[in-house]
Amino acid sequence: MAEAATELLTTADGRPLKAALAAAQSRAKRRAFLLVLPLLLFVLLTFLVPIGYMLKRSVEHDGFSSSAPALDAWFTENPGFDPANPPEEAYAALVSDLARMQVEKTTGMAGTRINYTVPGTISLFKQGAREAKDLVAPFKESLLALDPEWGKPALWRGMSAASSPYTAEFYQVASDRKLTDDGWARGGDKDRIYLYLFFKTFLISGLITVICLLIAFPVSHLLATLPMAKSSLLMILVLLPFWTSLLVRTTSWIALLQEQGIVNDLLVGIGLISEDGRLTMMYNMTGTIVAMTHVLLPFMILPLYSVMRVIPPSYARAARSLGATSWTTFRRVYLPQTLPGIAAGSLLVFILAVGYYITPALVGGADGQLISNLISFHMSKSNWSLAAAIAGMLLVAILLLYWLYDRLIGIDRLKLG
Amino acid sequence: MKKTLILTTALVSLGFAANADVTVMSWGGAYGAAQTEAHVKPWAAATGNAAVMVDADNPAQPIKAMVEAGNVTVDVASLEYADAVRLCDEGVLEPIDAAMLTPAPDGTPAIDDFFPGAVTECGVSTDTWANVYAYDTTKFPEGAAPTTAADFFDLAKFPGKRGLRKGAKAVLEFALMADGVAPADVYATLDTPEGVDRAFAKLDTIKADVVWWEAGAQAPQLLADGEVVMTTAYNGRIFGAAIEEGKPFQIVWDGQLYENELYVVPKGAPNKDLAMDFIKFATSTEGLRAQASHISYGPPRKSANAEKLMYKDGKTEMGPHLPTSPENMTNSLLTSSDFWVDHDSELNERFQAWLSQ
Repeated sequence: MAEAATELLTTADGRPLKAALAAAQSRAKRRAFLLVLPLLLFVLLTFLVPIGYMLKRSVEHDGFSSSAPALDAWFTENPGFDPANPPEEAYAALVSDLARMQVEKTTGMAGTRINYTVPGTISLFKQGAREAKDLVAPFKESLLALDPEWGKPALWRGMSAASSPYTAEFYQVASDRKLTDDGWARGGDKDRIYLYLFFKTFLISGLITVICLLIAFPVSHLLATLPMAKSSLLMILVLLPFWTSLLVRTTSWIALLQEQGIVNDLLVGIGLISEDGRLTMMYNMTGTIVAMTHVLLPFMILPLYSVMRVIPPSYARAARSLGATSWTTFRRVYLPQTLPGIAAGSLLVFILAVGYYITPALVGGADGQLISNLISFHMSKSNWSLAAAIAGMLLVAILLLYWLYDRLIGIDRLKLG
Repeated sequence: MKKTLILTTALVSLGFAANADVTVMSWGGAYGAAQTEAHVKPWAAATGNAAVMVDADNPAQPIKAMVEAGNVTVDVASLEYADAVRLCDEGVLEPIDAAMLTPAPDGTPAIDDFFPGAVTECGVSTDTWANVYAYDTTKFPEGAAPTTAADFFDLAKFPGKRGLRKGAKAVLEFALMADGVAPADVYATLDTPEGVDRAFAKLDTIKADVVWWEAGAQAPQLLADGEVVMTTAYNGRIFGAAIEEGKPFQIVWDGQLYENELYVVPKGAPNKDLAMDFIKFATSTEGLRAQASHISYGPPRKSANAEKLMYKDGKTEMGPHLPTSPENMTNSLLTSSDFWVDHDSELNERFQAWLSQ
């Protein structure tokens, strides 16, 4: 009997049963995989590839390295050179590269790359490239006679770093650091902006998330508990602005809240404030928070509503009948059951708020700027690498928050609808 | 059925390709329409070639992408000055021979007839627009109205909020000119740390009363809503609001910055020779005047500003509204793209930091 048990089971055509089963299952698996393949490709092409490309952009820029081969070679051979006093061979390499840039029309590209860390370089390069073929040895003297800026240690530090296409310099700039004659250092008080804006962006996004939650919670509860007919009507009121263009909603808030706007007119009309005492609620932080809260509110209401709708009212009734006060019932019974909805809504609103751009641009005024407005500025000035570095830092911060969220609350408790 | 479909598609696309000889890419809107009416249609009628106008948000981006991909479908594009210079430096544009341009009616060579800076290595200017400031005439009666750049910063004499574009470019130069710096010295001043401090110090005097705008359409809107009593704006926007919509806006032609807009030919344009002929036609004295009769951006040639020019409505004289009219240019400054390519990032960081203080 023992022998029979170890004997392999086979199918009718003699193949081992195990192998036949595995083959049949792998076919089914392949088919299933083919079904999700379009989605996988879509995610890959529209999401992962662009993000990867962006991150690559933030550490890669070959504008200088590809157009200055002689200087690249020199920097490779002399990694420990003194930026304050580069030797004649370095200047000779620079002049030959400048002459080459003029012929190949790469001056703008090379100058732009150096200009990212040493402002004022593009015109320096253009002038140098125009004159390069007429310069004679010793090149150090003739180039410095053309413009003493060529001897700046910061410029040589910048060129040395840019002679490799890979660099962390954009992250330095995005952390408010500046390339000086003595190397990278913290920027002056008048120039530091990025870290402050990061901090402010997260603070404002957090505030907007909390306000959204405070407003959305009672609304969602009402939506979830009202009879169907009434709640559908209310739901339309929630969704209608959701379907309206973002720009229309933002400009409506301008019409409402500006100094000569409807709310101020009303307050002056009923005598609450005087004509001179009109409130400034637009083109500042208040305007940004109000408009963004409104725009993002549906993203909080919808997940909350979907969670609240399926909480059986009998739980609360049971708690009350067992002697709990209404506050205890809410705190111990109802609120914990809505947590997945709160978590999902808050995550959605916060992440959307962190990347918000057009609303702060239109209603933000002087102090309502967020980090995305600077990303957009650098995009429009075709400094894509710096924009990518700022965006990369934003991405890392979000991923960090996501990780924290997963550790504290657990991502499996998320309920998006 | 399938064969017929393929055949007709091929024929249609063939016919299409043969018809659309020259493709011009511009900014759309009122601006693109003006160039269609003033340049594209008359050129097609005069030469018998077909020409089409296509729109882009900013033609510089698609042009660069096309040349890099080696698939250029545009023959002529309208670019901002800074982009035209940058793309020319990057080798994306064809050089244009200034000698081939149409001379002035009196025979003056084109290069002497164009304003300084209007013809570059790769581009020929079609119009000049300006960053001006305008005020609401109902707020300031005749005789007590602002007339100089300094008045914009005079809160005692002209109380009320100001609108300014949220960005360093044009704002810093304007502040320096209002502070008494002669236009010729503005960029030299701004190139020094003390000069930058001086510009920000001037802006400090009105900082608490400024409403910052970002999109071009916001400026006339702020003025119309009474949110501000005066604001900087693109002159075409104020013209549109004042002439087309009858708003009580008045431009102050003092301390403004002007900039050129150029036609360029991307490298590898499918019809390069026709494109050059189109540019020659469009940037002639008459071609430039035709465009300026549709939109209040000035023709950048002396000969084109010599005679009276009427708006397309037939009753508005364009002269007082154009940035290129001699009486409007007494204290004005050509924006230096060289300065801004060098210092845009640096000064914008300082500007944003200043805003948030």
